[in-house]
This record gives sequence, C-alpha cells and structure tokens, in this order.
Amino acid sequence: MKRIALTAAGIAVLAALPVLGDNYLLRLGTMFGMYAVLALSWNIIGGFAGYPSFATAAFFGLGAYTGALLQNAGVPMPLAWAAACLAAALFAAVLGIAILHLKGHYFAIASLVVGEVLLEIATSWTDLTGGGTGLNLPIIRISVDAQARLFFWSMLTLGVLTLALTWAVASSRLGFGLQCIRQNEDAAAMVGINTTLYKVIAFTLSALFVGGAGAMYASWVFYIEPPDVFHVLTSVKPIVMALLGGAGTVFGPVLGAAVFLVTEELVWRNFLDIHAAVLGLIIVVLIFFLPRGILGLVRGRPAPPEGAAPLAMGREAQ
Amino acid sequence: MSKILALERVSCRFGGLMALSEVDLAVRPGEVLGLIGPNGAGKTTLVNVITGVYRPSSGRVVFDGRRIDGLKTYQIARLGIARTYQIVQPFPDMTVLENVMAPAVFGPHACGMAEARRKALEALEFVGLGAHAHMRASELTLAGRKRLELAKGLAMDPKVLLLDEVNAGLNPAEIDVALELIRRIAERGVTIIIIEHLMKVVMTLCHRIAVLHHGAKIAEGTAAEIGRDPRVIEAYLGHRYARAQGAEVPRG
Repeated sequence: MKRIALTAAGIAVLAALPVLGDNYLLRLGTMFGMYAVLALSWNIIGGFAGYPSFATAAFFGLGAYTGALLQNAGVPMPLAWAAACLAAALFAAVLGIAILHLKGHYFAIASLVVGEVLLEIATSWTDLTGGGTGLNLPIIRISVDAQARLFFWSMLTLGVLTLALTWAVASSRLGFGLQCIRQNEDAAAMVGINTTLYKVIAFTLSALFVGGAGAMYASWVFYIEPPDVFHVLTSVKPIVMALLGGAGTVFGPVLGAAVFLVTEELVWRNFLDIHAAVLGLIIVVLIFFLPRGILGLVRGRPAPPEGAAPLAMGREAQ
Repeated sequence: MSKILALERVSCRFGGLMALSEVDLAVRPGEVLGLIGPNGAGKTTLVNVITGVYRPSSGRVVFDGRRIDGLKTYQIARLGIARTYQIVQPFPDMTVLENVMAPAVFGPHACGMAEARRKALEALEFVGLGAHAHMRASELTLAGRKRLELAKGLAMDPKVLLLDEVNAGLNPAEIDVALELIRRIAERGVTIIIIEHLMKVVMTLCHRIAVLHHGAKIAEGTAAEIGRDPRVIEAYLGHRYARAQGAEVPRG
C-alpha cells in the first residue's frame, strides 16, 4: 500500500514538471518516459523470463512506421499510437513463436537480426516508407510549448501504463511462471508450465508499449528515417538500463532509465567528441561493480521473514 | 491386471544408438517398481520418454488409459506424473517454499498462490524441510536439495512419481531418512518408479524390479527372482562370473 502511494506521489510530481516551464527539462522528461517504457518492456522478456532480447529496435521502428503511415493516411494521432502498439505486439507474437525455442546467445542473435531485416525493408520499400529519404508526419498546429507538454504527458502516461503492466505481470501466475522459466526451463516444464505459451506472451507484452513509444516518438519529432528508428542502440540501451537498475524487478528498470538518462546527458555535455567511449566505459564499470543493479545494492538478498512474501516474487515484489 | 502406466514396445533411438529397444513395462496402481541396470542402460532415458522430454522412436506410452507419448512435458505433468532429477534441478534463486509452490500452482491441481503456499508448506513438513522454507534453494545441502526435489514432486499430488536416483550422493544416515520418506509416500497410495543403484534401497522398497541392460529389459520380477537371474548377474558382473556361479549363460 505504502509503495503504491509512493509511486503515485512520484508520478504526480513528475507530471507537474511543466510548471517549471523549461522546454529542455520537458524534453528530458519525455526521453525519460520513453526510456522507461523501453527498459520496463525489455524487462518482461529479458528480466522476468531471462531471454536476452535485442528486438526492441525492431518493435520501436515498426511502431514508428505504423504510426507515421497511419497518421499520414489521416488516422487521428491517438488511434495511430494504439494501432502501433497492436502492430508491434502482433509482430512479436508471430516472431516469438518462430525464435523463442532458441536459447541464450542464439536467441539474442536471432532477435538482433530482426531489427536489421526491418531496417533493410524500410530502406528498400520506397513506395511505402519513402526509403532512405524518410517520412514526414503531419504538423500539429499548436504552440511549441503546448506540443512539448502534450508529448511529455503522453510519454509519461505510456510509461505509467508499462509500469502497471510490469506490476501486473510480476504479481500474477504469469510472472511466477516466467521466473521459473528463467531459473530452470526444463524444471519449469516438469512442474506443469506451458513454457512456450508463457514465453510468447512475455515477448508479446514486451513489444506492446514499445510499438506505442515508437509511434509517439515519430509524432514528436515529425520526421523519421530507417537508420534513426531501427538503430541498434535502441535495442542495447534498454538492456543497460534494466541491468543498471535491477533486471527482474518492478522498479529497477525505471531507476535504471533515470540514471542512464542523466549519465548520458552529462557525458554528452562534457565529452562531446568522445561521449560514446566515455559512456561505454561508465556502463562497463557500473555493470561490473553492480551485477545485480542498483536495487540489488539496497536490498541485498535477505531471506524474507516468516509469514512475509505474500507471493513468489521474494526478490522482486518486496 | 489393471495398469496405471504402461510402456508398449517402446524404442528410443539417437542416431545409431539404440537407447531403448522394444521395452515393455506395466506398472500397477500403488506399486513401487524398481528400475535398475548398469550405467548407460537407458534408465534415465526411460524416465525422459515417460515425461515427454524425448519422443519414443516407436512404441506407445499409456497412462491411465490414455496415450501420452507425443504430448508435451507440461501436459504430461498436468496429467499427474511427477519426477525428480538425478542431478537436482531447483529454481536456484527462489526460496525453498517458492520452489515447492511452483508445482502446486501449475501442476495437475492448479490453484492460487495462497492455496499453493499451504500445499507447499505441507509438502515441506512432510519431507522435513519445514524449518528451511525461507532459505534460498541454492543454499541447501545436497541432501536438502534431494529432499526438495521430493517435496516438489509431492506438491503436484501426482498419481505416479518417478524417482531418478534420489539417494545418489547421500551418506548412509541420509539414505535411511530418504528410504523412510519414500515408504511413507508409497503408503499414501502414490505409484512410484524408482531408479536406483543402491541394492539396499531397491530390495527393501520395491514390490517388483525391472532390469535394463543396453536399452533392453532383460529381467523383471521380485527381488529374489532378480537376484538369481543369470542375465542380471551377467550384466552386472560379466558372463565368466555368471558361469562360475553355475548359471547357464550362452557365450558371447
């Protein structure tokens, strides 16, 4: 109960960010919302189920193009966003059936390739996507400030939805089953878990809001091109964030997204020329010294007291 | 004869290796059947075929009047067949209690978390791990982890329990405890197939014993019958020893 109240308070404070009026802060806030969506979503397949997916960029780009094309066809923006969610989820379900029987590195490589394939398709299919020239989106006829607020609140809402989904998964049979699969898939099947079904559901859920985030991003920046929305870093960053905060936990990815965003921003400002190298170094150091994420530091691994742990999430849902 | 589990001419081939060849085996409800044989005889393969890990190359597996070969592992588990692993397979990062809750939540009598917790605690008490319920599974001793496997099997409330060397690696005192546990599980009416190298365990617990050698069933019967069977003596001790014992063994 206390945790829900704290979370709600945190969200309320964040939602009041526009009061400060600074559009730079709002841009950062929007990025935070987007990163949180990506990291939380990856956490469902990568953290809970333990399948290291590199398909985030594929879902993101697919959502961006779905949203952009629909908006250009005259579909209202919110509907285009919703459709992008569904398109990404459907794509993930089909993809999941095809590649989720692969394990470990093999799954990672297969999922990584998917984004590259979509990138090639988006680049080559000039008639539909405009190819390398990219796609423009309809301009929204409201003030720049109003736009900044609109996209900030939209992205924040999507982040809250993803957090709610994560919480729902973690506290359900699905979450428990995914934990079993992560820790020992053979034993999971032996206790009666339909591992294939559970993994496909997890993969689908991990794509749902990423597709929406892609579409929102497209609407926000008014212009997309294949190398931008299918960038491999879009797959890598959420993994770093989730690991940084604490993979397999509910709040870890949110925390990781915030820490990552701040670090990225500071490094950008101070080491413009070598920012990628510095950022990479920081990430390696952080992950080396925090193997279980920031939340792992706070929590350690105490045995839950007698009568506690209403649920199997021992580590996760405390 | 009523059977709860039957293998009918089951073969399992891996490339050129015949891991099981035309094995017939029938298990009666409530029976404790011992499955013995030298290393590599196909005992664990047989368990893997029953539980759907491997699909037999030919033959049928019938459980409770229903053909189960070709079903997925989780489907077979939900029908009421539980197993323990020779090499223990806990969910290492979960507590002991959570480990045992999993089969209660997802097994044949799927139930909610609260009910699963109650069942899991009961199973843990039964195997004597009640005091360790909130320990991490990976922190248990080997004997503890073997008992955890048993508790996981029990929490499914199975009709048939397959025990794959639950006593391997235990010291004599621990084996006595485990023996008593298995005896009490059998008294609950659970049908048990027990794979074992320790003759003491097999001889005291099992109603019947089947012997596998090179993937084929070479003998079946009571402990006394098995002990006299020349093919069994030969499989374990070689045919020269068998001949020296006066048994009639064909050469080669």
